[in-house]
Amino acid sequence: MSVDVSTPGSPSAQGALSAHGASITLKGLTKRYGTATAVDAIDLEARPGEFLTLLGPSGSGKTTTLNMIAGFVDVTSGELLIDDRPVHSLPPHKRNIGMVFQHYALFPHMSVSENVAYPLRQRKVPKAERQALVTEALRTVGLAHLGHRRPQQLSGGQQQRVALARAMVYSPRVLLMDEPLGALDKKLRDSLQLEIKRIHGELGTTFVYVTHDQDEALVLSDRIAVFNDGRIEQVGTAEDLYERPSTLFVAQFLGESSLFHGVATEGADGAGVRALDRTLRAGRGHARAGEPAALVVRPERIRVHPIDGAAADQAGVDQSAPAGNAVRGRVRQEIYLGNSRKLAVEVADGTQVLVRESAGDLSGSRPGDEVWLTFRPEDAAVLPATPSHDNTPTRTAN
Amino acid sequence: MAVVEALTQATSPGVPAGRRAAPSERWGRLALLAPSIVLLLGVFLVPLGIMLWRAFTDPHPGLDNLTWYVGDRVQRQVLFRTFTTAFKVTVVCLLLGYPYAYAMVAAGPKLRAALTLLVLVPFWTSLMVRSFAWVILLQDRGPVQHLLTALGLGHPQLIRTNLGVIIGMSQILLPFLVMPLYAVMSTIDRRLILASSSLGAHPLTSFVRVWLPLSLPGVGAGSLMVFISSLGFYVTPALLGSPRDSLISQQLYTQVNVLLQWGRGGAMGAVLLVVTFAILAVLMLSIRQSARRHTKASEATSIEATSIEATSIEGAAR
Repeated sequence: MSVDVSTPGSPSAQGALSAHGASITLKGLTKRYGTATAVDAIDLEARPGEFLTLLGPSGSGKTTTLNMIAGFVDVTSGELLIDDRPVHSLPPHKRNIGMVFQHYALFPHMSVSENVAYPLRQRKVPKAERQALVTEALRTVGLAHLGHRRPQQLSGGQQQRVALARAMVYSPRVLLMDEPLGALDKKLRDSLQLEIKRIHGELGTTFVYVTHDQDEALVLSDRIAVFNDGRIEQVGTAEDLYERPSTLFVAQFLGESSLFHGVATEGADGAGVRALDRTLRAGRGHARAGEPAALVVRPERIRVHPIDGAAADQAGVDQSAPAGNAVRGRVRQEIYLGNSRKLAVEVADGTQVLVRESAGDLSGSRPGDEVWLTFRPEDAAVLPATPSHDNTPTRTAN
Repeated sequence: MAVVEALTQATSPGVPAGRRAAPSERWGRLALLAPSIVLLLGVFLVPLGIMLWRAFTDPHPGLDNLTWYVGDRVQRQVLFRTFTTAFKVTVVCLLLGYPYAYAMVAAGPKLRAALTLLVLVPFWTSLMVRSFAWVILLQDRGPVQHLLTALGLGHPQLIRTNLGVIIGMSQILLPFLVMPLYAVMSTIDRRLILASSSLGAHPLTSFVRVWLPLSLPGVGAGSLMVFISSLGFYVTPALLGSPRDSLISQQLYTQVNVLLQWGRGGAMGAVLLVVTFAILAVLMLSIRQSARRHTKASEATSIEATSIEATSIEGAAR
């Protein structure tokens, strides 16, 4: 999908509002509330001008991390650097950071223009220049004609655009967003995602974006940091995370995964897992041999081969087995999705394995059919079944 | 209470006023109100009417009572003193009540409960008891005077002065300011303060530019309650003040109960009533004016807003 939302006057807006993004570095950043650890010694870096998304379920520490960068939450220990300058002792109003909140946080007693002018007033920008910047910022978000309104007179989507204009009008080098689209409906969210992406491209500011919505993260981000339980599971591009998840959590949180649980093995031919009375081979993995592990495959990477029931019974089960990774199962459920269909296949140990077949390549198997599931070792990974932070944290593409 | 409602509603122009009820529904609601309407009519409006009637008929029909009141220099002084005292009490309550209400909002649940109780317990205590308590505290060679002397602040006369009256009335009326102010402050979204600081505002600026304007409806409602209640206060000024510093309600009492001048009393009541209504009317009008300005703008532009939203979605999708 091409993102081409040209706004009148955007070239000059680029000139007036663009800023060189700052780098943000977190080293062993920790936040504890009493005995509870909200953020547990995380290391993370946002590169200048990057769109970095903090993705994770609620309570995973992503918002706390964002609030520490903003200065709303004190740092318990660790380092927080913006452009290599420690900022943990600076109050929020001295950090020159833009922030967009989930519930907009627009000042209800000020007009839209006054809201956007507010940060400029704090910076003692002269009136003429202030007005020009406010107009540019409102034009960038497509609301130039609504400056005289009160925020309450705007729709949710418009309010969030005003909040965005207010956060970027003073060209902060970092823009933080805390689930900015969380309160909006799906259609509006999609259109605003594209707008945020466009604005990021125009401004060149470093964006740090918090969300629990994986699709949003995939659409927007240059890189994504996946949070779980106060720690970062993995940092990488959307492709890194989807194609090469380094923990089971990432594999299951981002997109759908099929898992085969067993015990990790190590052979001459790479990683494997002993499951369902056979050894399944994977192209990569970092589970230690002999420990519980799971082999992870994306559902669209699994192929289904129907078994001719009568022939299989006569010849014995394994004789019809295809070469390579093959698991026998019975189709339990079929979900028609138009361009694809999903099958839930139950394997010998009772696990439901998810398979996605694209509409152009259907196997023709129906619920109740016996099937072979096959997949290439290079499409699979063996990952430790124990929570990842008992091992050394793994990171890719950093 | 209608005043409080009007004041608090004025801040949220986006909120539509209650929808019109169907006629039958409206009669049903009126029926529910009937007992209180009867009570108000019987024990409040009728006596008020009788009092006003007497103002112009007792002892002779005409404007005698009113001309006496307007012509009497002492009475004019008392009226003026009543209003300045009410004003001073309001200012004192505001200075004490604003930080108190803020502390209630800012405090954790336990401290908030304690602070609320601290406001309400005196409020639940009889007015008489509290006024007598102040008599003991403020009396000559009483605890307060001792304390002030010990602190080297001299030997100020507190009881039987206007100052004593203001102290007592402020304490008694404080809950009327704290409670509406707290109600308004607790609806202020505290993320606005975070937003303000993220945008570069010093905490003090955030307070002045964001918190204070948003709490003004509470200030207005509370101040008005205190001010109007102060105008008619009788027990406390009677106990803590002196006849030389008397307020209108004491004068009124003298006219009616001592001199048996019902007509003159009625005239005084009428003047107090009219002046109070005039002040209220001016305030309400100015509030309604500003509220109307907001709603007018929103009505004119709401249709436009939805169409703009739709086109911008289309634009982004393309």
